[in-house]
Amino acid sequence: MADTLFLILSVLTVATALLVVLNKNAVNAAMFLLLSLVGLAGLFVLLDAPLLAFVLILVYAGAVVALFLFIIMLLDTRPGSFPAFKPLTVTAALLGAALLSLGIWTLVHRAVLPLTPKSVPMPTMKHYAEMLFTTYLLPVQVVGFMLLIAMLGVIVLSKKYTETEDAK
Amino acid sequence: MIELWNSLHPLVQAVIKGLAVIGVMFPFGGACSLVERKVSAWMQGRPGPNRAIPFWFAWVPVLGPFLQKLGVFHLMADGGKMFFKEDPVPGHVNKFYFYLAPVVGMIPAFTTLTVVPFGAYLDGAGKLVPLVLANLDVGILAVFAVSSLGVYSLILAGWASNSKYPFLGGIRASAQLISYELSMTLAVLPVFLVVNPPGGSGTLSLFQVVEFQSGTWQGFTFASLHGLWFGLTMPVAAVVFMVALFAETNRLPFDMAEGEADLVGGFHTEYGSMKWGLFFVAEYSNMLIGSGVFVLLFLGGWNPLPFLPLASVVGWLGSHLSPLFLHPIAMGLLSIGVFLGKALFLIFVFMWVRWTVPRFRYDQVMKLGWQKLLPLAIGNLILYAILIAIFQAKN
Repeated sequence: MADTLFLILSVLTVATALLVVLNKNAVNAAMFLLLSLVGLAGLFVLLDAPLLAFVLILVYAGAVVALFLFIIMLLDTRPGSFPAFKPLTVTAALLGAALLSLGIWTLVHRAVLPLTPKSVPMPTMKHYAEMLFTTYLLPVQVVGFMLLIAMLGVIVLSKKYTETEDAK
Repeated sequence: MIELWNSLHPLVQAVIKGLAVIGVMFPFGGACSLVERKVSAWMQGRPGPNRAIPFWFAWVPVLGPFLQKLGVFHLMADGGKMFFKEDPVPGHVNKFYFYLAPVVGMIPAFTTLTVVPFGAYLDGAGKLVPLVLANLDVGILAVFAVSSLGVYSLILAGWASNSKYPFLGGIRASAQLISYELSMTLAVLPVFLVVNPPGGSGTLSLFQVVEFQSGTWQGFTFASLHGLWFGLTMPVAAVVFMVALFAETNRLPFDMAEGEADLVGGFHTEYGSMKWGLFFVAEYSNMLIGSGVFVLLFLGGWNPLPFLPLASVVGWLGSHLSPLFLHPIAMGLLSIGVFLGKALFLIFVFMWVRWTVPRFRYDQVMKLGWQKLLPLAIGNLILYAILIAIFQAKN
């Protein structure tokens, strides 16, 4: 039962993730991203982490992809209105591929993984909370602060100060 | 009967239970549209729908004219009309997403049902068992997560229609739903701060919230607070949740996505017949589930009155009237009745507000969400955190 579900969900996740990249229509790509996230949430449920699954759905599927669609609709990008490969895109793709390969290579050659998977007790809400507020307090705060800075940066960049002064 | 049920495969049991709940929900969603028309008529001092009746049913004395006056048959006539009338699809739409959007609207409406407990009964060992399809430990989070997917129905409908009014409706819907989700989530946090005392394993289960609210009167002590519903002990949170619920279900005065006054019909302008009907069944189902969650969180769930939990009511009925009330089925039906009664009253409040309060302008909706409700919800959360820090430690 669990194996069948794992197979279905993993195929769904990987196939839709590929379609996100390969699709020319931006709205289709966003919808496939949504499906991919739902598949991923299903995998988390299979791994006994329902909290993570529902947070993923709430934040990414519920809000982030909705914002993506919002932007896509506002910009009204037609399929094929941008050239597929620009020099910058190719460079970024190559860099990303190189980093990913390096990461996989390190994982295969250096990582020490336990041979037999250990069964851990199902994490409760309390475990997550304790981890977030003790061991990982600093990373969580730093990430939150960086997101805040990015948000403020977008507001500063997108606001046209000269025009508002003229209006006064 | 019980043996037959237990001999079934768990998957078959789950499918039957799920279909039964959907089978109750779908007609309820339709019936709400009739109630809406009747309530609006009543509030505006006119009779409302009172004509349709099958000719053979008109011969039934008393009952026939009564049901006719109630407008029950208009519901069937409406449903029949929606299924059988011509289903126009404009030539300029994106066909795939145009067909997909109403279906996507139904998915969150039915999926959230699985985690909302709608009643409870005492088993042989005297333990309260919830009536729910899946009693998840992350209950409220699952409701929020799945219902947040409902926005795609409106966005896709607006985008796929490929014309201006639906497009504006879709854009407004996505902005509005994301804005109010924040206040809604923050409003329920104080409830779970109280439900989870220090030292517990931590839960977000809706059943636990109702359990917490089913205390009895124990004199003027802190223990008596268990008998009060959260709507009475944290009214600000309840109000913020209620207002956000109106916005999340796209009900007036927040019907920015539909807005027939300025957007013709908003996201569903290009839709007709049953595809249009599905949007409405989804809207009413969302209202029902939203009211149900509100009842569970703030109005004590299936407990009839504050300080009067279901278990003691059933115990009194069982000892004074008839031991039949102690049977799990009787108790389950009673709890469902109390729960549904409260939820249906909230549906009435939805309609009451719709025909009383004028609708907001779009900028007012955004201002209310971000500048009024959100600071209020955050302030409320901090206030209760401080109160809990002061009082719960001594308790």
